[in-house]
Amino acid sequence: MKRLLALLPLVLGVILVQILATYTGKQFYLTQITMAAYYSLLIIGLCVLMGYAGQISLGHAGFFAIGGYLSAALTTRNLVVIKSAGWVRLLDACGFLQGGKDSYGGDLLVVTPWASAIFAVLVAALIAVVIGIPVLKLKGHYLAMATLGFGIIIYRLALASPWLGQADGIAGVPPFVVLPGLVVRGDAADRVQNYYIAWGVLLLGLFLLLNLIQSRVGRALRAIHGSEEAADAMGVDIARFKLQSFVLSAIFAAIAGVLLTHFNGGIGPSEAGVMKSVRFVAIVAVGGMAHLWGALIMGVALNFLSLRGVFGSYDDAVFGLILIVIMLFAPNGILNLLASPKKGKVNPAQSETRQEV
Amino acid sequence: MALLEIENLHRRFGGLHAVNNVCFSVQTGQIKAVIGPNGAGKTTLFNLVAGALAPSSGIVRFQGQEIQGKRPCYIAASGLARTYQNIKMFAGMTALENVMVGCHLQGQSGFLSSMLHAPWTWDEERRIRKKSMELLELLEIAEYAQTEATSLAFGQQRAVELARALAMQPALLLLDEPAAGLNIYETAEVARLISKIRAMGITVLLVEHDMSLVMDISDEIVVLCFGEKIAEDVPQAIQQNPDVIRIYLGE
Repeated sequence: MKRLLALLPLVLGVILVQILATYTGKQFYLTQITMAAYYSLLIIGLCVLMGYAGQISLGHAGFFAIGGYLSAALTTRNLVVIKSAGWVRLLDACGFLQGGKDSYGGDLLVVTPWASAIFAVLVAALIAVVIGIPVLKLKGHYLAMATLGFGIIIYRLALASPWLGQADGIAGVPPFVVLPGLVVRGDAADRVQNYYIAWGVLLLGLFLLLNLIQSRVGRALRAIHGSEEAADAMGVDIARFKLQSFVLSAIFAAIAGVLLTHFNGGIGPSEAGVMKSVRFVAIVAVGGMAHLWGALIMGVALNFLSLRGVFGSYDDAVFGLILIVIMLFAPNGILNLLASPKKGKVNPAQSETRQEV
Repeated sequence: MALLEIENLHRRFGGLHAVNNVCFSVQTGQIKAVIGPNGAGKTTLFNLVAGALAPSSGIVRFQGQEIQGKRPCYIAASGLARTYQNIKMFAGMTALENVMVGCHLQGQSGFLSSMLHAPWTWDEERRIRKKSMELLELLEIAEYAQTEATSLAFGQQRAVELARALAMQPALLLLDEPAAGLNIYETAEVARLISKIRAMGITVLLVEHDMSLVMDISDEIVVLCFGEKIAEDVPQAIQQNPDVIRIYLGE
């Protein structure tokens, strides 16, 4: 109960923003906040991996894209021509398919959003396991490079595969009826509803992760960050915990990808781009690395500004600059800077405390 | 049966034989010390026993099981705890949280039940917290429970590290230079503490440079020099041993 109450100020803030936006006639802001909230879902997941478990990933846009692209492709690719195939009939019998009409009045047979979403997230989790087992044996720069390589592969696959729409991406992704009456889609009429769906998902994610970091598992993750050798000697199965947090963050990224794709009605290859991954890492850093609240607030704020076009064509350059400035002047994050202006602390980005003797 | 048996243990680093054919055993309830000049292979020996390093050859038997080459977390689960010469605190965690990590193996809750803050994890969490506080009290650092461990004074960090190791409820505790960097009062405190640990039923194997500490508390001493065991005996005999006198004082 106490843990739920901690979220109350944020909930009130979310409601307040909606009311203000509605009464000032600026409801269109809610659309970008909704999108920013989905990106932030990925960012808080990445925050657990980076800030708490201490493992960097420059490939999380890849997991976002796996979620987004798979659900987009499955819910748009017409199976009518092969509907007599055994596996299509089996999927149909299981209730995983839905019919409809395409824009020319032709018959349409596609996978339902729910089935696509679950499949997409499971695939992302599976890929995270397969990639994570070898890659998480690496540390520091090597891990960064390996995950970067993974991100590039997903990006190029999205660009190269006709099934994924190549440079055009996939459009015409249908709305996602999460529950009867709750529909993820980008229509202006559903703006307020979607604003609350996105925040609902994000707050649920935050709640789960806040619980996680205050638990036995959270302590083990932070211990790995603090000293792998000592954590190992305390009986913490390092490889397992690293892998599990990697998979967890990939699942968060994939769910964000699925929902944002349905909200936007499509997805393009820029969502899989390496600069997106860099941006997510930058935002976790701005938020204070091991700081879920900071990651969430910065995630929503910076993505909102970016989506509003405040940074113009310099978007990626701004995030690059943010990364440099944060590392130099506020390695503990913006919020910590505000909270304690001069503590005379060592810059963790400069110290070499983890040198093995 | 001995609690820990080391047979023909050998570890090479390139051409250097850091631990060369070492054999000895530790009996349950003993306090046993390993001494030797710098570079004698003491810490390497610890790393081999605790699993941080794999031996080039030889056997380490703990509670009758061969553990050489196994990962540290498995060896920890079989009842072996250790401290480090250069303290390895978990940065960014309080003293209490550091000790609670020591209780890791006494908990079960995983990712899912932790994220859900499931009721069946509450009891476990309370138990671990209570036990960790008791250990901090035992080591007289309870007042620093909520202080970030890395900002504590050196001696207090040593105490936290010891509490963290005791939290594992080990059968055997490896102490790597527990008195390094401590003044003479703190060293006396450490000696008292080690005896207290033995009284708790924990067998102790320690590496130490402080001779008075070693001579005071050890039941038996192993002397290493350039990776080889040159003596193993009770403290009085070690003090008389001409080989030991030679390596410590010169010809």
